[in-house]
Amino acid sequence: MNTQVTLAGVKLKNPVMTASGTFGSGMEYSEFVDLNRLGAVVTKGVSNVPWPGNPTPRVAEVYGGMLNAIGLQNPGIDVFMERDIPFLKQYDSKIIVNICGKTVEDYVEVVERLGEEPAVSMLEINVSCPNVKEGAIAFGQNAEALYGITSEVKKHAKQPVMMKLSPNVTDIGEMARAAEAAGCDAISLMNTITGMKIDIHKRRFVLANKTGGMSGPAIKPIAVRMVYQAARAVKIPIVGMGGIATGEDAIEFLLAGAAAVSIGAMNFVNPYTTIEVIEGIEDYMRKYHVENVTDLIGAVE
Amino acid sequence: MKQKQNAVVLSQKEIATDIYDMWIGTSLAADAKPGQFLCVYPKDKSTLLPRPISICEADAEKGAVRIVYRIAGAGTREFSGYQAGDSISILGTLGNGFPVEEGRGKRVFLIGGGIGIPPLLELAKHLKGETQVILGYRNSALFLQEDLEKHGVIYVATEDGSVGSKGNVMDAIRDNGLEADVIFACGPMPMLRAVKAYAAEHRIKAYISLEERMACGVGACLGCVARTKETDHHSHVHNARICTDGPVFEADVVEI
Repeated sequence: MNTQVTLAGVKLKNPVMTASGTFGSGMEYSEFVDLNRLGAVVTKGVSNVPWPGNPTPRVAEVYGGMLNAIGLQNPGIDVFMERDIPFLKQYDSKIIVNICGKTVEDYVEVVERLGEEPAVSMLEINVSCPNVKEGAIAFGQNAEALYGITSEVKKHAKQPVMMKLSPNVTDIGEMARAAEAAGCDAISLMNTITGMKIDIHKRRFVLANKTGGMSGPAIKPIAVRMVYQAARAVKIPIVGMGGIATGEDAIEFLLAGAAAVSIGAMNFVNPYTTIEVIEGIEDYMRKYHVENVTDLIGAVE
Repeated sequence: MKQKQNAVVLSQKEIATDIYDMWIGTSLAADAKPGQFLCVYPKDKSTLLPRPISICEADAEKGAVRIVYRIAGAGTREFSGYQAGDSISILGTLGNGFPVEEGRGKRVFLIGGGIGIPPLLELAKHLKGETQVILGYRNSALFLQEDLEKHGVIYVATEDGSVGSKGNVMDAIRDNGLEADVIFACGPMPMLRAVKAYAAEHRIKAYISLEERMACGVGACLGCVARTKETDHHSHVHNARICTDGPVFEADVVEI
């Protein structure tokens, strides 16, 4: 049984990685899971300077999922390079760094800094965070803007580039094609869906930011559909995510066309989810006599 | 070590309206420190996120942890229906806990407001000084005061004036002319702000336990941050994580 997948030239021991923002830089979850077993760790978004994020409350529970409006709080690229990269280097898992910014220059600055670090296998560009006012999602909701930032990042990147797309668009296929046309090497989707929760007793928004990104099992069917549509629109590999809790969920994404999957909100519900998903994929492969996990990619009939 | 496990409910009873008192059989009892908390996970999959609940008592010998919590929504309502023998999904032990050494042998205020009272009990057991316990309740439906009586002198304030001082915990301190060298407190934010102001005015140290909506409980999601005066070692943006760097902070370190 072979669980190895190759994503934009990067070999992963299995197709399971972590969704940016749900796993820090792996440090906190290393108390629960052996990071060596993961295909890759995708880090929390990092920007050129420290970002303070949004006021609290930043998280809320909704039926079968959650809303978050963290606002991409991060200590900036300097601390990240000194602290987080050396930590992750101890493990035999690929390192994919998620990058956020307010302007094209912000993104490029971080892309160039990470180019100095060969331990980083891939860059994931966050153009889809619904919780920050400038940059981020503005680049991800318009095909021309997405094309523009993708080509700029590609010009400066030493590692393969994966654009993380937003579900908050009319046509995900159009966005995927724009990213591919601009030369990106892979696509990840989806980011969270913009949502809102109101406390009817206090007549107030539950989140200080009013809106937040929805994630968790409740959004999974939307994510599977979008992965399927994007996979039919482009040839580059797709990393699928959105509410994955089990190996069966991951298989669904692979069959829809994802080359790999990420575990997000479910890390919060069960810190062992990543490992359980890896084992669940293996169980499925044994049960259905699947020799190579790559045989499953896009294999829905 | 932090661990998520399926533990067993040893007993549960309602000790005041919507306030439940549960003992859980768990190996986590061995590591539990006063002021730490557990994440408790509902079984109903529509309510995914863990509920952070403070440890009220820990008995390492019996391998048991006590939590006292209020029904605040669907998750805690589910927990309140658990009976002895039922399984309960928990993650622990989490957070830094109260710095017991700072209070040992001193004149101490333990100040608790409402559902902030439970973590004070395990702390009170560890302090061997002049412990003064000031408890604030809405009305005469008191809870845990009998347990706390064994470890200190109790002063009560109720909002409706039915027991002790009428008003809040600060009124009880004034009415009884109490003094202390150090304060440990847990309760609603207005109470904690008053405690912080009192400590600054009297130039004494106060350690306050904060609460915030959490998702992961282990320091990864950055959902539950508290604004800090100085740059903290983790975030570098004055945002300490309540779940991991707290929940207990020195009052003048956080901006509340």
